[in-house]
Amino acid sequence: MNARKHPTGRHAHQGRLLPVLALLLLLGSVLAWLMWPTAPLAVKASATNPATDTATVERGRYLATLGNCQVCHTARGGVPYAGGRGIATPFGTVFSSNLTPSPAGLGAWSADDFWRALHHGQSRDGRWLYPAFPYNNTTHITRTDSDALYAYLRSLPPDATPAPAHQLDWPYNTQAALKVWRALYFEEGAAAPAAANDSNLEVQRGAYLVRGLGHCSACHAPRNALGASSNMLDLAGGLIPVQNWYAPSLTNPAEAGVQDWTLDDIVALFQSGRAGNALVTGPMAEVVQHSTQHWSAADLRAMALYLKQLPRTETPPASTAAAPSARLKGAGEQLYDKRCAQCHGEHGEGRRGTDGRLAYPPLAGNRAITLASPANLVQIVLNGGFAPATAGHPRPFGMPPFVLQLSDSDVATLLTYIRTQWGNQAAPVSALDVQQLRGTAAR
Amino acid sequence: MSGRWSLIPSGSRKTHDPKFLRRYRPDRLCERIALFDFLIPLFTMFRTFSRCRLLGTLLSALASCLALPTLAAPPAFEDTIAQRTLACTACHGAQGRAAPDGYYPRIAGKPAGYLYNQLLHFREGRRSYRLMTHMVEPLSDSYLREMAEHFATLDLPYPAPSPVSATAQELQRGRQLALQGDATRQVPACVQCHGSALTGVQPGIPGLLGLPRDYLNSQMGAWRSGQRRAHTPDCMASIARRLSDGDVSAVSGWLASQSLPANPKSARALPAPLPLECGSAYAPSAAAATGGRP
Repeated sequence: MNARKHPTGRHAHQGRLLPVLALLLLLGSVLAWLMWPTAPLAVKASATNPATDTATVERGRYLATLGNCQVCHTARGGVPYAGGRGIATPFGTVFSSNLTPSPAGLGAWSADDFWRALHHGQSRDGRWLYPAFPYNNTTHITRTDSDALYAYLRSLPPDATPAPAHQLDWPYNTQAALKVWRALYFEEGAAAPAAANDSNLEVQRGAYLVRGLGHCSACHAPRNALGASSNMLDLAGGLIPVQNWYAPSLTNPAEAGVQDWTLDDIVALFQSGRAGNALVTGPMAEVVQHSTQHWSAADLRAMALYLKQLPRTETPPASTAAAPSARLKGAGEQLYDKRCAQCHGEHGEGRRGTDGRLAYPPLAGNRAITLASPANLVQIVLNGGFAPATAGHPRPFGMPPFVLQLSDSDVATLLTYIRTQWGNQAAPVSALDVQQLRGTAAR
Repeated sequence: MSGRWSLIPSGSRKTHDPKFLRRYRPDRLCERIALFDFLIPLFTMFRTFSRCRLLGTLLSALASCLALPTLAAPPAFEDTIAQRTLACTACHGAQGRAAPDGYYPRIAGKPAGYLYNQLLHFREGRRSYRLMTHMVEPLSDSYLREMAEHFATLDLPYPAPSPVSATAQELQRGRQLALQGDATRQVPACVQCHGSALTGVQPGIPGLLGLPRDYLNSQMGAWRSGQRRAHTPDCMASIARRLSDGDVSAVSGWLASQSLPANPKSARALPAPLPLECGSAYAPSAAAATGGRP
């Protein structure tokens, strides 16, 4: 009856209901997908029982050095590999896990479980891991290397300290968030490395090191608001969140690209932290100190060859920002003469020690000074610091912190000065830039 | 505990407060005196009813204003350990003779083992001050040792102690703790470990004279709250926890008011064994076993 009375109404109602139902169904399935607990992925078991001989353990130790695993998986002053170091991210703090063979660590893990974590970013119980663990990189590690790493970690003295619980904000602390993140940004590495041909075997080894264990893109790739890069293996440079250090582009010779460097200089930089007029500082100092200075000559050369052949990216046209006013320049000069000239030279020419090697880097013509992002300069001026003490550069000269002496506007004036003097042509720095970049870490 | 100790007793400036440190810039004291920050010493006076403190602040500000024009041109570059450690003396004063702001302690002439231990403590998280940790983070054990030995060899005159606002009764209690200890609280006398002249003992025990009261107070607070630690057994932490608030203030007041003896150098050895075990007193190299770096 009703249908006859309102035939058109009913049809219209039906017409509205269908899309709504479809939408609900879609939402429901998305929700179900998000909320459904994930079982551990089936992984192909090791062909044989993983080796535990001394040679394999030693190779695993070297691979762990290549990957710099210890730095993140050790709390300050704590037991090596027992985890507990807090890694600050824009979403909260993630604490590194205990990798020693104890019940609090990898005690119950098999070599397959370990491979699943490296290759798929999934924990033994099926939980997805937080991408603070750079599994977009570790997914490129071969199964053989994974098994050697596993053998090395099994050889460590067990430590029963459990990792502290992560302190992440909702919704980042949910498995659903990780599912979304993975769907958008995680790409599983190839099951086997590309077939090698003899001529570029070294470059391929370099690529394997840079993409996998070296996890260079964890810092040197630009990051979006979700802490990801559209291409997670990109090396185009990015601001490291929270730390507010800019990891310069490895493809742009105007940033940190080494296409025009000699192989020897590239190797020297990674081996000693110093080459020509360049010094490593900031987060890269940690990498050189704990990892690259211990790499084999062959691996350093392979990485250098790979970095050297990276396709160049164009330098964006130099900023046409107006030169700083005479007053600003005068104030900058005064600050420079008082605070900086003693070590960096009256004309930003830097200084060399009695051995003829670099003591204080030049500021004139230094690409680290003219990077578009002034982040690193702000960190260096505020916090000072030393280049890493390495076998090849055991007694670096230090830079004092100026955080107690210089205001944000002083730092801005000073940086604007050094970025526009002696032929340097970079955009001025404002007090607001300094305030934003100093972050919580620099107070 | 840490909450209570986040305020330095005796109404002095909060010199361990990062906010204060950010604002407080000794190099600008002259400008500041002329500006509204003039109110800070007035406020201090209001809180402590101490005219001496205000007078002291004004006098030292005046002294630094007068001293500024006489500052020599910066020394020429030298390829030396002193040049390499200019990063340290920027805060700890020229040659490590202590900063004019009364907080960053003197490092010149302290026993090398003690200094080396502190550098390791900062690097490995047993002491926490962000700037210090950042400084020592990328450095090797051997380079830190060289730095410690450099500052230990510097033999510089000590300034006269700054006036201390404390009652005679407080100073008497401080003297008693320093020289006799307090058996009822199982607190040994300072002299039992830090040397009969309180100038420290080689290789690992620091002297206690020539340090600002603010610094002494904040260190005792840090020992009590666990923010400052040493190698286990951590003797100073146990002692600091046995002291009352009043005791800390009394002993820091007495220590800060003492002049250095004619021979300010640390003693070669203690006449008697330590009254309690101290992990950091003897062998700094023990640290290498856990967190050591090549």
